Amino acid sequence: MAAGQQWVLVEMVQAFYEAPAYHLILEGILILCIIRLLFFSKTYKPHETYKLTEKEKEDLIEEWQPEPLVPPVSKDHPSLNYDVVTGPPSHKIIINGKECTNFASFNFLGLLDSERVKEKALASLKKYGVGTCGPRGFYGTFDVHLELESRLANFMKTEEAIIYSYGFATIASAIPAYSKRGDIIFVDDAACFSIQKGLQASRSFIKYFKHNDMEDLERLLKEQELEDQKNPRKARVTRKFIVVEGLYINTADVCPLPELVRLKYKYKVRIFLEESMSFGVLGEHGKGVTEHFGVNIDDIDLISANMENAVASIGGFCCGRSFVIDHQRLSGQGYCFSASLPPMLAAAAIEALNIMEEDPEIFSVLKRRCRQVHQALQGIPGLKLVGVPFSPALHLQLERSSGCRSSDLQLLRSIVDHCLDRQVALTVARYLDKEERFLPPPSIRVVVTVEQTDEDIQKAVSCISEAASIFLR
Amino acid sequence: MGVVFLRARAVTLLGGRQIRLPLISFRTSRLTLYKPRTLIFVKFRVASQSVKMTESSASKLLNGEACQRALRAKNAGKNGFVKNHCVFEHPRKYRRPAEKNQNATSNSSLYKKPFSESFEETPLLVAVLTYMGYGILTIFGYFRDFLRHWNIEKCHIAHEREQQKDFVPLYQDFENFYTRNLYMRIRDNWNRPICSVPGAKVDLVERVTHNYNWTFEHTGKVVKDVINMGSYNYLGFAENTGACAGAAIETTHTYGVGVASTRCEIGNLDIHEELEQLVARFLGVESSMAFGMGFATNSMNIPALTGKGCLILSDELNHASLVLGARLSGSTIRVFKHNNMQSLEKLLRDAIAHGQPRTHRPWKKILIVVEGIYSMEGSIVRLPEVVALKKRYKAYLYLDEAHSIGALGPNGRGVVDYFGLDPKDVDIMMGTFTKSFGAAGGYIGGRKELIDYLRCHSHSALYATSMSPPVAQQIISSMKIIMGEDGSTLGADRLRQLSENTTYFRRKLREMGFIIYGNDDSPVVPLMLYMPAKIGAFGREMLKRNIGTVVVGFPATPIIESRARFCVSAAHTREMLDTALEAISEVGDLLQLKYSRRGRPLSSLGWSSEESLLQD
Repeated sequence: MAAGQQWVLVEMVQAFYEAPAYHLILEGILILCIIRLLFFSKTYKPHETYKLTEKEKEDLIEEWQPEPLVPPVSKDHPSLNYDVVTGPPSHKIIINGKECTNFASFNFLGLLDSERVKEKALASLKKYGVGTCGPRGFYGTFDVHLELESRLANFMKTEEAIIYSYGFATIASAIPAYSKRGDIIFVDDAACFSIQKGLQASRSFIKYFKHNDMEDLERLLKEQELEDQKNPRKARVTRKFIVVEGLYINTADVCPLPELVRLKYKYKVRIFLEESMSFGVLGEHGKGVTEHFGVNIDDIDLISANMENAVASIGGFCCGRSFVIDHQRLSGQGYCFSASLPPMLAAAAIEALNIMEEDPEIFSVLKRRCRQVHQALQGIPGLKLVGVPFSPALHLQLERSSGCRSSDLQLLRSIVDHCLDRQVALTVARYLDKEERFLPPPSIRVVVTVEQTDEDIQKAVSCISEAASIFLR
Repeated sequence: MGVVFLRARAVTLLGGRQIRLPLISFRTSRLTLYKPRTLIFVKFRVASQSVKMTESSASKLLNGEACQRALRAKNAGKNGFVKNHCVFEHPRKYRRPAEKNQNATSNSSLYKKPFSESFEETPLLVAVLTYMGYGILTIFGYFRDFLRHWNIEKCHIAHEREQQKDFVPLYQDFENFYTRNLYMRIRDNWNRPICSVPGAKVDLVERVTHNYNWTFEHTGKVVKDVINMGSYNYLGFAENTGACAGAAIETTHTYGVGVASTRCEIGNLDIHEELEQLVARFLGVESSMAFGMGFATNSMNIPALTGKGCLILSDELNHASLVLGARLSGSTIRVFKHNNMQSLEKLLRDAIAHGQPRTHRPWKKILIVVEGIYSMEGSIVRLPEVVALKKRYKAYLYLDEAHSIGALGPNGRGVVDYFGLDPKDVDIMMGTFTKSFGAAGGYIGGRKELIDYLRCHSHSALYATSMSPPVAQQIISSMKIIMGEDGSTLGADRLRQLSENTTYFRRKLREMGFIIYGNDDSPVVPLMLYMPAKIGAFGREMLKRNIGTVVVGFPATPIIESRARFCVSAAHTREMLDTALEAISEVGDLLQLKYSRRGRPLSSLGWSSEESLLQD
């Protein structure tokens, strides 16, 4: 190689000698011209003209008026004045001074005021105090946390579980731990808000499919497959995920999991399943939507759920294979950078799991109640019941919308107030109108718990129909 | 290189601070006497605002680098006073990033007391050796990956399911290189399980590993009474007995632990309202709102406050939650140098003058996001200057007091109290309850309009379950104690104890010759280790001596600035601190951690007298 280079050099020098003089002079002039243009030209200097003088800057700074930090909130904003609950938010709840039967808290299994749970929480409080004073990494890991994690993994029959100190942060941290910029996430358009935040934090490419519409999903997957064939090199590093909810909080629908698993293997996409509503509710042992459909839990890459609904504590967890879950211990932002779950809340969750394991009967009771409520709420004039019969959190929507969201909400609110006056606690489902990707229609949330008796249900239903007949004429 | 600032001492130093007055004056004079090599001593005269810089002659030859920089700082100081419109003078250029000293220029008149913060420069040799250390580790990592690939070395990593082998790999190979080959070697220093109150002393679950940290086994034994220098238990409210625990027990009896609904729907308990009124009173703001998780308080509320067309100016060392919140908001984010007011001002000026990129429309609003105490640096935000800038440029200020609330200020009301400022000057006061209050969650305080807006628009209020009642009760009780509303002086005692402990601990470590980062008043004390091998060694050696410490390395810190971090607590007694200090010194000798090139102070009479003063 060196010899070759030398030869080229020799040839160049030779060519230089052999070239005619005018050629050399011409080239010399050209080089000079280029140098002059580059370094001595004064005609084109864009930076100079655009630079602001200090004086100009000062004027601009004086002139600038920012918007107020927050826009004013009207006094009658529906979410401004919260209802005040005095005492525990359990089956009997005191709202704004009135004792009601609770049809609004997600306390499906009635564990919120369970004496057993309280006892365990108190024992833990007396041993560990309240706070943990640190994240998991820095002396914030308590033996209770490890116990809860292994209990959850056992309960769900997965290799590993990881707990978060806040239900909302669970899936919102889990998604960006795996899916990064450039990856693709297929997501149901009815997905809850914490999933949406997780998607946003991941900065991945998001593709929404129609709610529970597997054909639409398959269409998107096929499109992607074609895309991948065009650019196989990129496809080899582009991770693909499907994110769905077990039982949708916004629609009270269940996801068609077996079909999703089929698509997963067909198109080689991983499934993340959010089970906040279905954990401790669906299935013979309350394991959620996998048990409900008899799907092998190992076919789901990651299951996340919060412990704030059926478990009636605080926090959330993810479970799955160690290969997947362990990654979050260093990459789950809500796990690494947040203080750990107060041990008393972890202890309460353990005791709730104990109760669930000891008495799986509780789940069939809940299912029966759900059916009962679902049945009873059918055919109320003016109101449309949304949700599957075994869902414990149903929605009552207006049959005919007035076309204006705020007046619809107002109408629903007056129905809720009417029921509150008659000792039935309901609530309007709240959403951030501007932030939701697909804003669900306004609705009244009806939550079924095992504590509700036949009379409670009957009373609630009659109150709702009465209110509907008054307000929806 | 560290610089000490001194203004004519404030006349009004409240309560527990009075005792420290002679200390401060003594310390500063000591620095001029004994540590001239790497220090520039800047004296500000308040009235005339003129700057007089005295540069020690000793810096000329012994430390050429420092000398050069001193000169540059001097020039910058001069130039800064040439008339310009900035609030703060600008040095002509930013200093090299390696030089971690922000204190070369300042507006001393804004401070009511000396603001003394130092970041001694990494010794060159140490830096070189540290890089070499990482180099060697990386080479070995590749070598071992090669061995693992050919199944020569047994591989403990969890594997993908057989059925999913043909999926796109969930992790890029290099993603876990660091975890596999560096973190795994010293993993035993983190996630140490504890089985007691995280108080001044803590019981650790003993664990062993038979496969070099890949898996741990619990032996069933307990390591008793480890001195806890790791938990953020600043005021010692992590307790299982006493007034706070008693009240929390009471609340658990009445309320249970869960809420099972959101604030906005049906999870707004009377105890939450009580808590929020108390927090507002504590902070001295009109209104406040509490949230169930500190991390989420940032990440779920910043998006409610800013959006497209807004600019967020964020300190480079801001916590992950602030960064996430800023990112979720969709605003433009620009980062200024840590606690560097010139950098911030330049960004502000340019931002307002040039408007949004490309469109050049004016920004809708500008939000400055800073923290009170930076948990990895131990530095305190230069709040008076930030407030001055914010007022001058009509920006809004978001102050995250995660570590400083309860831990700073004569009344424990955080960094605003510490500087004696008006809480109304800070638009958004954010903080957490995890640390000083021994509970969990976070708050935002501010004007009524702000809180009203958040009540309707905060992601947390609408979608996240509200705070657990016993946790809320713990905050209420501990906050009342700090405020003295329980009728005792317990809170004031704790505040004084914390501040004394901090001063004592920091001073002792410095005397021993360690490089200690941060502000003299910050209870977060980072001790520099630098080399990767020393991270693990320090953590283990300290545990052998029954002291629990936190060690951190890359990526939580810059790659060469691995450190150990101590969190001083009011619950630490003098004996505990002495035991810890002795052990730290011993380990420091063993691992050769006493890097500081500042002259060691003479153990003169002055020091012993000062100690006796502290012990009073």
